[in-house]
Amino acid sequence: MAFLRPTRLEDAIGALGSGGPSGAGWVVVAGATDHYPARVGRAPVEDVLDVTAIGGLRGAAAVDGGWRIGALTTWTDLVEADLPPLFDALRAAALAVGGQQIQARATVVGNVCNASPAADGMPNLLALDALVELASVRGPRRVPIGEFVTGNRRTVRAADELVTGLFIPAPLDGATVRSAFEKLGSRAYLVISIAMVAAVVEVGADGLIARARVAVGACSEVAQRLTALEADLVGLRAHASTAGVARAAHVAALSPIDDVRGSAAYRRDAALTLVRRALEQVLG
Amino acid sequence: MTAVDIAFEVNGRQTTVHVEPMRRLSDVLRDELGLFGTKVGCEAGDCGACTVRLGGRQVESCLVPAAQANGTTIQTVEGLAARDGVAGDLQAAFLDHGAAQCGICTPGMLMAAETLLAADPNADDAAIRDGIGGVLCRCTGYVKIVEAIAATRDARLVGAATGVGSPVVPVAGAAVGSRIAKVDGLPRVLGTARYGADHRPDDVLAVRAIRSPHARARFEIGDLAPLRSRHPGLVDIITAADVPGQNRYGIYATGKDQPALADGVVRHPGEAILALVADEATLAAIADSDLPITWEPLPPVRGLDDALAAEAPTLHDASPGNVLIRGRLARGDVDAALVASHATATIDVETTFVEHAYIEPEAGVARRVGDRIELTVSTQAPYMDRDEVALILGIPPADVRIIPTACGGGFGGKLDLGVHALIAIAAWRTGRPVQAVWTRPESMAASPKRHPSRIRATAGVDADGRLTAYRFHGDFDTGAYASWGPTVANRVPVHAMGPYGFDAVLATTRAVYTNNPPAGAFRGFGVPQASIAHEALMDDLAAQLQIDALEFRLTNALRAGSTTASGQRLDASAGLPACLEALRPHWQRLRAEAAAHNAGAGGSGVRVRRGVGIGAMWYGIGNTSMSNPSTIEMGVTDDARVVLFCGAVDIGQGASTVLVQIAADALGVPAGVVELVSGDTDRTADAGKSSASRQTFVSGNAARLAAADLRRQILLLAEVADPTTGADAAAITFEEGRIVVTEPGGRTSEIDLAELPLVPVRDVSAACVIAGRGTFDPRTTPLDADGQGVPYQTYAFGAQLADVEVDPELGTVKVRRIVAAHDVGRAINPTQVEGQIHGGIAQGLGFALMEAYVPGRTENLHDYLIPTVGDMPEIECLLIEDPEPSGPYGAKGVGEPALIPTAPAILGAIHDAVGVRITQLPATPDRVRAAILARAGA
Repeated sequence: MAFLRPTRLEDAIGALGSGGPSGAGWVVVAGATDHYPARVGRAPVEDVLDVTAIGGLRGAAAVDGGWRIGALTTWTDLVEADLPPLFDALRAAALAVGGQQIQARATVVGNVCNASPAADGMPNLLALDALVELASVRGPRRVPIGEFVTGNRRTVRAADELVTGLFIPAPLDGATVRSAFEKLGSRAYLVISIAMVAAVVEVGADGLIARARVAVGACSEVAQRLTALEADLVGLRAHASTAGVARAAHVAALSPIDDVRGSAAYRRDAALTLVRRALEQVLG
Repeated sequence: MTAVDIAFEVNGRQTTVHVEPMRRLSDVLRDELGLFGTKVGCEAGDCGACTVRLGGRQVESCLVPAAQANGTTIQTVEGLAARDGVAGDLQAAFLDHGAAQCGICTPGMLMAAETLLAADPNADDAAIRDGIGGVLCRCTGYVKIVEAIAATRDARLVGAATGVGSPVVPVAGAAVGSRIAKVDGLPRVLGTARYGADHRPDDVLAVRAIRSPHARARFEIGDLAPLRSRHPGLVDIITAADVPGQNRYGIYATGKDQPALADGVVRHPGEAILALVADEATLAAIADSDLPITWEPLPPVRGLDDALAAEAPTLHDASPGNVLIRGRLARGDVDAALVASHATATIDVETTFVEHAYIEPEAGVARRVGDRIELTVSTQAPYMDRDEVALILGIPPADVRIIPTACGGGFGGKLDLGVHALIAIAAWRTGRPVQAVWTRPESMAASPKRHPSRIRATAGVDADGRLTAYRFHGDFDTGAYASWGPTVANRVPVHAMGPYGFDAVLATTRAVYTNNPPAGAFRGFGVPQASIAHEALMDDLAAQLQIDALEFRLTNALRAGSTTASGQRLDASAGLPACLEALRPHWQRLRAEAAAHNAGAGGSGVRVRRGVGIGAMWYGIGNTSMSNPSTIEMGVTDDARVVLFCGAVDIGQGASTVLVQIAADALGVPAGVVELVSGDTDRTADAGKSSASRQTFVSGNAARLAAADLRRQILLLAEVADPTTGADAAAITFEEGRIVVTEPGGRTSEIDLAELPLVPVRDVSAACVIAGRGTFDPRTTPLDADGQGVPYQTYAFGAQLADVEVDPELGTVKVRRIVAAHDVGRAINPTQVEGQIHGGIAQGLGFALMEAYVPGRTENLHDYLIPTVGDMPEIECLLIEDPEPSGPYGAKGVGEPALIPTAPAILGAIHDAVGVRITQLPATPDRVRAAILARAGA
């Protein structure tokens, strides 16, 4: 069991490249809000790479062509950052993750890397077309968020890679952008979602929908974009009633499960309602 | 992991610790710095008890690696005090408002609130709820917590220097009925109260249970020698064969069926089969898979259907067919009365396991002292613990001492043995102090639950709207062991028909063994489950007769002069009619508001439908037809201190405070004069368990009698002619070394305490020179084969309204408002009574809408949901005081009654809103939505 808390990104990447003292690879820890709950009553056995002392990885800000959310940006950082309406939905999700204690510690990137089917960040980042930035001794790369998470607790991050941040591309020139997030749970705070929906809509000067991105979480192993619905929305007038375009067929590709939070049939039914409500918000 | 130096500022002081970098900050604060005010409830960031302020943010210290604390500034609850032992303003507000009950969540609540107010001095109530949304409380319903934070905010805004409340300090004779702060409250808000996990002797060992992954299995333990040689730090390994006394315990003399360590057969997942005793590091290095256990899994009996099937295996030889016990009450000819009824209604109800989810998991430490054993442990029942531990160790009960710690929530779950058996056996064998602190998953796997139930009930009514007959059968899944199953089976038939008069009743119950965790005592002992059925039937019958649901209940309510189904005549203090009448204006207003809202629903912007429901209840105080005496002593010491020796454990409900108030008035001294010795079986007499809502009534009477006895002796020594009490009676004051008695006429006399010989009280260290003693046992009779007799001396009554909104498209339910009317006889301390009502409503709301324990699946506080502050409605309490002649100052009890009507009221309100009757609890969004869809399709 080794512990490393480097202050320079190169050192972190170098350590990851070396595989770690035990040879089993490093467990990367930032806010640790998913790390400890998975280890209640268990003795630590892993080599831990704590990345929180690395400079330059914290904060959400505009960059060339879009915005960048650094790997150490917490949900609270995101809430307090100066970001446009494009991020309203992600900000709403930030306020719905755990309680304020979790929001102050947990990182947006950690939410992605933990790869829970119920990760509140995922449908939003899908609807934002986020790119995941990775670094390793082999060099940097960017992976679309939809390709990054491949299953329950599975991502394409290689053992020697570190996620350094997320890139969110700018919307279409001249478009009016609105975003919304709908979360469904069985209680008010501290609740794992039964289902959730994020919607981002760009409306042209003509009042018509130029681009729509809608994603559903907790209703499949990995959150999913509803591409057929998105295509059907393009060119329609941006009005609350347009939300009625969403039909059962649009959520048919979801593959929800029965669990303690709700039945599969309920999730599918609720997802459609949430989709319509998210669209009403962004189109109304 | 190599330990490193980590430096940070805590509560204004620079400190450096040498710890492993991934140690949880909560452990560093507690174990390295002795800051036990930071509590650990789950180690998973689910409960918020360990919340501290770090760098200006609230964080859960159980999720912060020690390494990340390096260079930071941390504030814990200990840092909120104005000065040593003096509450800061926020802490004082919590005390004054009754915002701390058991107090285990209080440090986390305080730190969340302090962080919020520091960042946002103008935080409105919504911001306050957001700010404490990450801290769970199981006692208070959050109402008084929000009030205390808001009061602190307001006081700070106007610049109040210290303290935001005005502590109530009643004069002699005025304690009963006053809102004095909890007598044990200051340490709870300061963070200095010590709970089960907070007692750690220096040379302490830990004991870890190895638990079954199977619900039902046979097992063999192989050669343990290799394990011992691989782990030389192992001090002891304990198996069933090593239990010194009897490896069978249980509440009832006839129900001792639970082993401290399973002997070759396990009956529920999480059952302990073996215990390892060592230092924590040694234990941590041993994986369950290192143990030489050979399992032979057997098909488990998963629930009532499995257990009652003809081919079901017998889980306990003494109970073929798996029925532990049956309960029965019969009066009149039910079949004939139902046939003759103008209308009838029938319902099937199903409820599931409910977890107590106290924020303090079971914990304690045992020490062997010569041939005695001392357990310092979190409990609701010290004397029962004493007898059970004696049985397990094979020693006389007098050789067991139970010292209750501050109890971080009980609700019935700490009436059973928790850590007791294994720490006692380990300390007995090793001679070293031994501690156990259950993890949250361990607590949830091994502790008892509320009984799942399956109920069918039919009620009849005549054409005039008078109830005629009630037929009830309830099966209760009592799990692997008896625990309090017999109590549920016996209490339910008495209460099954609800607080109404019927000519004919047949109520039968069975408690059934399964391979689930033991179901035991949980606030209400089966009555909350039964109330779901009777209240739904009342709504149904009222609707059939087109009678208002409140008026229908009022017509049929038990009242003074009524005869209950068990044949008991209620002579007094049956205040249900008064409760319903107090609710009537609220009922009419809320119904009108809901109807007006719904008339607009379907229009633009109105998505939810509103509804209003009502639930009524009754509840017998104390044990069912069984002796449950309480004995309390009160003495004056040779240095003129007044001490109440009170064996009733305060589990947060306020028993200590209420009993001090009663004793103070009965003695005729200000409550502030009375010192309290609480719970220690070597120092206090047996006051019985803190359960069955009995401490105010039963121990309250014992305290009153003890104080009256003490007063009589004092007046006798002072040679006072008229030793009566009352406003114009002799005044007793205590001065240095003497008592001064002043008679109404002005005559004074003194008692020089130094001249008096010591008198014996149970506490041999007490140096009492005058002592009073009181014993009270409720007057009951045995019940005959038809359940006829006097099961309880008195009953609590109550009714609640729920105003809810339902989102029909999603099936979600938001409770907007609860109005609660409870006949408590006399509110000894209205703040504590309201606190019990608020907390009962919170648990009732959880029971109705979200709580479902699934064995092996929901053993944490993120899959098992209890209400957060954001789930709580506005609550209005209407205290009805219909005095109980045999109660202390007319008081009864309210602990369990407060929970019972909530779920029926909410379910009735859902029905009112969207026309569906949910009969399978909890009414989760998927179930409500499915019912709405089924109704639309029907």
